[in-house]
Amino acid sequence: MSVEVITIILVLITFAIYTGIGWWSRVKDTSNFYVAGQGVPTVANGAAIAADWMSAASFISMAGLVAFLGYDGTIYLMGWTGGYVLLALLLAPYLRKFGKFTVPDFIGDRFYSNGARAVAAVATIFISLTYISGQMRGVGIVFSRYLQVDIVIGVLIGMAIVGFFALLGGMKGVTWTQAIQYFVIIIAFLIPAFAISFQLTGNPIPQLALTSSDIVERLGEIQIDLGMTEYMAPFTDLSLLNVFMITLALMAGTAGLPHVIVRFYTVKSVRAARWSAVWAIIFIGLLYLTAPAVGAFAKYNLIDTIADKPLEEVQNIDWVNKWEATGLLQLDDINGDGTVNFTGGEDNEVVIDGDIIVLSTPEVAKLSPFIIALVAAGGLAAALSTASGLLITMTSAVSHDIYYRIFNKKASESQRLLVGRMTLLAALAVAAYVGINPPGFAGEVVALAFGLGAASLFPVILLGIFDKRMNKEGAVAGIITGLSFTLIMIGAILSPSIFGTEQPILNSFFGINAQGVGVVGMVLNFIVSFIVSRITPEPPQEIQELIENVRAPELDE
Amino acid sequence: MSQTLTEKQKWYWKKNIKLIIILLIVWFLVGLGAGVLFAEPLSKIQFLNVSLSFWIAHQGAILAFIILILTYAIRMDKLDKQYKEMLKEEKS
Repeated sequence: MSVEVITIILVLITFAIYTGIGWWSRVKDTSNFYVAGQGVPTVANGAAIAADWMSAASFISMAGLVAFLGYDGTIYLMGWTGGYVLLALLLAPYLRKFGKFTVPDFIGDRFYSNGARAVAAVATIFISLTYISGQMRGVGIVFSRYLQVDIVIGVLIGMAIVGFFALLGGMKGVTWTQAIQYFVIIIAFLIPAFAISFQLTGNPIPQLALTSSDIVERLGEIQIDLGMTEYMAPFTDLSLLNVFMITLALMAGTAGLPHVIVRFYTVKSVRAARWSAVWAIIFIGLLYLTAPAVGAFAKYNLIDTIADKPLEEVQNIDWVNKWEATGLLQLDDINGDGTVNFTGGEDNEVVIDGDIIVLSTPEVAKLSPFIIALVAAGGLAAALSTASGLLITMTSAVSHDIYYRIFNKKASESQRLLVGRMTLLAALAVAAYVGINPPGFAGEVVALAFGLGAASLFPVILLGIFDKRMNKEGAVAGIITGLSFTLIMIGAILSPSIFGTEQPILNSFFGINAQGVGVVGMVLNFIVSFIVSRITPEPPQEIQELIENVRAPELDE
Repeated sequence: MSQTLTEKQKWYWKKNIKLIIILLIVWFLVGLGAGVLFAEPLSKIQFLNVSLSFWIAHQGAILAFIILILTYAIRMDKLDKQYKEMLKEEKS
C-alpha cells in the first residue's frame, strides 16, 4: 500500500472516532454547550487543554522553528510553556471560583459594565479569528501534501468535520474529542522522535539524547562549516532584548488566550482546576521537551541527506520530489555546478519552509509508511482540536456575551442555543475563507494573536482578581490603550505584508519587533488602568464582595 | 458563605499570595533569568554535551515550569486543609 492510501485510511479512522464522540456527547442545553456542564474529569480536562493549546503551530511548526532559530528558538519553547505557569497560578483557580461561562462574562461582571463586556467579547473574537487562520494553514499543508488534494478541498473537509461535532456536542463534544485528539497528537509526535533519535544516537529517548549525544555539538560544527549561525550560541538570530520581549509576550499571551482560559470553567471545582493545570502542563511538557530534540536531529539529518550531494541524486529522492511539488522545499542550482549548496550565505541553493521539518522527518529518516501516515493524522488532530476550541469560544462570545447578556436578556435557552449554532456556522464560514485565502502574513498571525492577548485580556483579568480597587473606568481605558497601541505597532512594523507598503512604516519599536511589542502594550495597559482607576470612584460594594468571594477558599466540592 | 472577609480568609489569601510570589520569582529566575538574561555567561558552562544555558532554554526551564505548577497544586491542597481544620476548631 502506498503512503497516500495508508494516510487516507488512518485519517478516515481518526475522523470517524471524533465524529462518533461528537454524536455520543451531543447536548441540549447551554451549560453543556459552553462549559460541558462543568463535569469533565481532571485528567481528561488536562488532556483536552493540552490538545486545545497545542495547535498546528506546536505540532507542525515549532520543532522546525527551533531547528532554524537554534538557541533563540527558546522563545517558543519557554514562551508557550512559561505562560502556563501564569495561567495556573494567577488566573485559572479564581476564574473557576467565579464560575460563569466565558472570559467576557468575568470582565463584564467584575467591571459592572456592558461596555467592558463588549470590548472583551470583541477582543476574544479578534484573537480567536487571528489564531484560527493559522490552524487552517496547517490543515491545508497536511492535506495538500499527503492526500494530494487541492488545498481548498482539504480545508473544506476539515471544516466540515470540526463543524459537525462542535455543532452537535458544543463544549462537551469538543472536550471529549480533544482529549482523544491529545493522544493522537502525542503518539504521532513521539514515535518518529524515538525512531530518529535511535537512528542518530543509539538512544531511543530523544529528550535525553539531546544532551547525552553529541548531535547538537556536531550540528553546530556543520552549521559553522556551511556558513550558517552557531546552533547552540544564544542571540545569533534575535537580540537579547527581542528574545526577552517575545518570550514574555508569548507567556502573557498564553495566559490571556480566551479559548484556553475557558477550559478551566469546565471542571467541577477550584481544586480540580488547579489539578487540570498540572495534568495539562505534564501533557504539554511531553511534546515540548521532545520538540527541541526533534528539531536538532531532523535538521542534522536533513543537512546530512542533501548538503553537497549531486543535485540529480537529491531530486530523485521521493520525499524531496513531493515537497518540491508543494513549494515548501525549493532547490535551485544557482551556480550550475550540479551539487546542492546548503549554506547561510548568498550561494545558498536550498529554501526550506520550517513547517516541513516535523512532517518530513519520518521520510528523511526512512521510517515505515504507517508512521508517515500517523504524523499526518497527528498534524490534523492538532489543527482541528485547536480550531474547534476557538470556534466554541468565538460562538460563545457572540451568542452568550453579546446577544444574551447585552441585547436580549430574556432570550430562552433554545433561542440562545439557536443563536449559538448560527454563530458557529458563520464563524466556520469565515475560518474556511481565511483557510482558503490565507493572509499574506500567515507566519506572523499566531504570534500576533498572542501579542493582542498579552496587551488586552491578560492585564484586566489579572487586575480584576488581584487589585480590589480596580474599577470599570480603569479596565476599559487599559484594554483600549493596550489593544490599540499593539495593533498600531504591529500594523506599522509589518506594513509591507499587511498593507503592501514598500518599506515598513516603522522598523521596530526601540529595537523590539512585532512579535514582542505586545509586552509594551501590556505594560501600558497596566499603567493606564492603574492611574485611571485611582482618580475615578472605587467599585461598588457588591463588586468588592464578588472579589472577596472569588478569593475565598472553596469549602465544598 | 459570608460575603465579607473573615480573619481566616485574610490569612488564607495572604498565604496564597506569598506562595504565588515565591513560585513566580523562581519562574522568572529560571526562565527569563537563566534562559535569557544570563544566557551568555551561562553558555560557557558545559552541561553533558551542550552548554548549560542551551539546556535550560530548551529543556530545563520547561521541567522547572512543570514542577512549579505541581508545587502550587500540592501546597494549595494543604492550605485548603489547614483552613478547613481552623474552621472546625472554631465551631467546637
